[in-house]
Amino acid sequence: MDAARVAGGRGRPVAAGEAARARSQASLGASFAVRAAFIWPALLAILFVSIYPLLASLYISLSHLKLVRGGFEFRFVGLDNFRELLVGGEQGNFLGVLGPLGPVGWAVMAAGVALLGWGLVRAWRGGASVAGMVFRVLGAVLAAGTLWLAARTLLAAGGRPGTAMVTLVYVLVGITAQFLLGLGLAYLLTQGLPGQRLFRVVFLLPMMITPVGVAYMFRMLTDTGKGPLQPLWAAVGLSDFSWVNSPWGARVAVMVGDIWQWTPFMFIILLAALEAQDTDTVEAGMVDGANRWQIFRHISLPAILPVCATVVLIRLIEAFKIIDLPNILTNGGPGTATESLSLHAYFRWRTLDLGQSAAVAYSLLFIVTVAALAYVNLVRRRIAEE
Amino acid sequence: MTKRQCSRWAACVAAVSLLLAACSGGGGGDNQSQSTQGTGADQFKGVDVTVLTFTGPQIAEPLQRRAPDFNQRTGANIKVVTVPFADLYDKILTDLATGTNSYDAFVFDPQWMGDFVPPGYLEDITDRVKADQAMKWDDIAPFFRDFSASYKGRTYTIPLDGDFQMVYYRSDVLQRDGLKPPATWDDYLAIAKRYNGKDLNDDGKADYGSCIAKKRAAQSYWMSWSVAGSYLQAEGTSQGAFFDVNTMKPLVNNQAFATALDVYKQTTNYAPKDELNLDVGDTRGLFTSGRCALSADWGDIGTLAIDPKTSTVKDKVGTVIMPGSKKVLDRASGQLVDCDATRCPHAIDGVNHAPFAAFGGWSGAINAAVDQKVKDAAYAFMSFMSAPEQSNVDVTLGKTGFNPYRTSQFEDTDLWVKAGMSKEGADNYLGAIRESLQSPNMILDLRVPKSAQYQGVVLDTAVAQFLAGELTRDQAIQQIEQGWEKITDEEGRDDQKAAYTDSLNIQR
Repeated sequence: MDAARVAGGRGRPVAAGEAARARSQASLGASFAVRAAFIWPALLAILFVSIYPLLASLYISLSHLKLVRGGFEFRFVGLDNFRELLVGGEQGNFLGVLGPLGPVGWAVMAAGVALLGWGLVRAWRGGASVAGMVFRVLGAVLAAGTLWLAARTLLAAGGRPGTAMVTLVYVLVGITAQFLLGLGLAYLLTQGLPGQRLFRVVFLLPMMITPVGVAYMFRMLTDTGKGPLQPLWAAVGLSDFSWVNSPWGARVAVMVGDIWQWTPFMFIILLAALEAQDTDTVEAGMVDGANRWQIFRHISLPAILPVCATVVLIRLIEAFKIIDLPNILTNGGPGTATESLSLHAYFRWRTLDLGQSAAVAYSLLFIVTVAALAYVNLVRRRIAEE
Repeated sequence: MTKRQCSRWAACVAAVSLLLAACSGGGGGDNQSQSTQGTGADQFKGVDVTVLTFTGPQIAEPLQRRAPDFNQRTGANIKVVTVPFADLYDKILTDLATGTNSYDAFVFDPQWMGDFVPPGYLEDITDRVKADQAMKWDDIAPFFRDFSASYKGRTYTIPLDGDFQMVYYRSDVLQRDGLKPPATWDDYLAIAKRYNGKDLNDDGKADYGSCIAKKRAAQSYWMSWSVAGSYLQAEGTSQGAFFDVNTMKPLVNNQAFATALDVYKQTTNYAPKDELNLDVGDTRGLFTSGRCALSADWGDIGTLAIDPKTSTVKDKVGTVIMPGSKKVLDRASGQLVDCDATRCPHAIDGVNHAPFAAFGGWSGAINAAVDQKVKDAAYAFMSFMSAPEQSNVDVTLGKTGFNPYRTSQFEDTDLWVKAGMSKEGADNYLGAIRESLQSPNMILDLRVPKSAQYQGVVLDTAVAQFLAGELTRDQAIQQIEQGWEKITDEEGRDDQKAAYTDSLNIQR
């Protein structure tokens, strides 16, 4: 930077003309070179650790690995791996088994499509640009597709969710519960109750434990036959019940573990936001006779909404990658009931089916990106504007 | 540049040079240690050998326990690195295929040799084994020498463990009720049904008829083939139990495999509620604490049951060859047909048994790409571990996970009595092992390229989904058939067929 400043300084006193222009161009060039020298190392590092693996794995997802003498070779197979996932032999595992839509399924579909249509009409009337509308329509089509898949795999008789839908369930249920619990706990700790400092640490503990440890702990806790909670399960008549034999039992066990582990993350950030809010408005509200709920609903919540939106976004992206809990709790079982997308990719990778594994990983990347973009556009931007 | 910037640069340069010095220092140390030579106690002084195996405690335990002793004898430093079993295959393969070579030797599943040997990753140790007197190669049972350790007639691994599955039963309970151990799968189901829900260990709680490790991505797919084996293969090992050797068509879309899947699923009715989430660690614990009447497993239960610290069923355990079937697959029609002298030449009392050498026994192998001196030390360590002085003790200890694989270990009952078995129990246990090992109808585990995908992904997933009710029996069969055909076609049908028939062409 110093060199650039010196070069620029020298050019200034010289009068206008050809020479000056040439010199100023030279100085610009020099300044560019210096800037480049400072930026390129960082850029190279990013290219090397982030962009290159991304492109390499894209290529792997389009190829088939074969071991040959002295190493291995990748044979380009085009979109075969993706075709396998969407319409081929892996479809049942990835998308799930589609059942016929029942009355509930139709009702949910109709309500969802009506809602999406209403959103589109509102946006059009609100004066959205043509490009904006194109993106909105694309988003609506994807959302309707997801809803259709959910209705046919989760709500239809004979349907069974695949890893993509199971992951979505983990994410939606997990984040909703984590947010509500985290907000509730954070609010409690701002009420001046005794033992606040202790609970602040205690509530944080689950986040400090490695996910594998959490998974083993929940494996023991959910064991109704010989786990530490066995007397409790026996007392409520569940000693002969196995969570891990029923698909939803196992999924609930996974979700409870995930919620237990990640609520503290929501809690600590929301607590900071609640503690940082302006006390004057709260006091003014109290003077005006507002009750606790009114103060929370109309003063505190709007004040922390931007933080809420951000923390949910962070968890949203993170939650899609869930792998430790289903892997340790049930190895993805019973059958494939608890298998998440990451676990799906891992199982394929473990037997060096790298092409299929990369295809699953890329599908996950696509889903996360779309979900995060949709969230940012629908929720976060709106809150920030308010 | 200001003075402060000058000093920052100086600090950076100093840090970088320190880092470089540290790196090169480490490398220099290695070179130095490898160049040191000697004999006897100094034979491998300073040679570091990194051995990769799975997170035990089994298998890793004896390696770690005997490493210091080996170090005293030869000077070599053995470092045992462990990874979870599920990661072992790709850990080895990625390390070798990318030329990283962070491991000098492996203790692994010889079934994977189909993937490791053709690319030239493993050291051919045929000549070393021939010259090695101390290891007593001829004492190793022929099955392990010819199949487990060899690929296309050359030797690549040293067996450390003998693996095939058998059925364990509560001898006290069956004797009390005048029942014979199960000879067929129908017997197995009948016994399991009879004892399920009864108290078998006098603790006042209902126990289970059968405990089999059915957890997904664990050992369940081997168990399923142990059940299917006697329906699928009758004419001896070289008939093969996975594919038709002429067409490489999977032997799954037929009445035999369908029947086996039904039997396998029925055993779940007489099992702990969470059996679908149990691996062998769990079922062994249940059996040795007296909670199961029957279990199918490798040889481990025999030794674990005599461990006074964990077992409540010492001298109450009987062992028997894998149950069989009186009907076998007719490969032309895909139907089950009755056994007769031509169809089932190896039948015992009209029952066709096909013990399954699942996995094939943990074996030691050497990375072909490391330095000669390291190879020598690695070979010496594997040879030391396999030599009767060490292994005849290790196979009697439950915690090692090593099961008998040497003739001297079957014949010498004293070893087992010394380890805590009753004379009668030892005779029964070793008798079942001998009967299984000497069966000419033993099933060789699948040993072709991508065997991990055939079994670990396609078979394992379909069996898990079938057990959990996600797939019907016929859907499971179709899923396995399609999945296997797809891998075969991708890898090349002729190549796969050649590899499969190569693995079966063994003169025993």
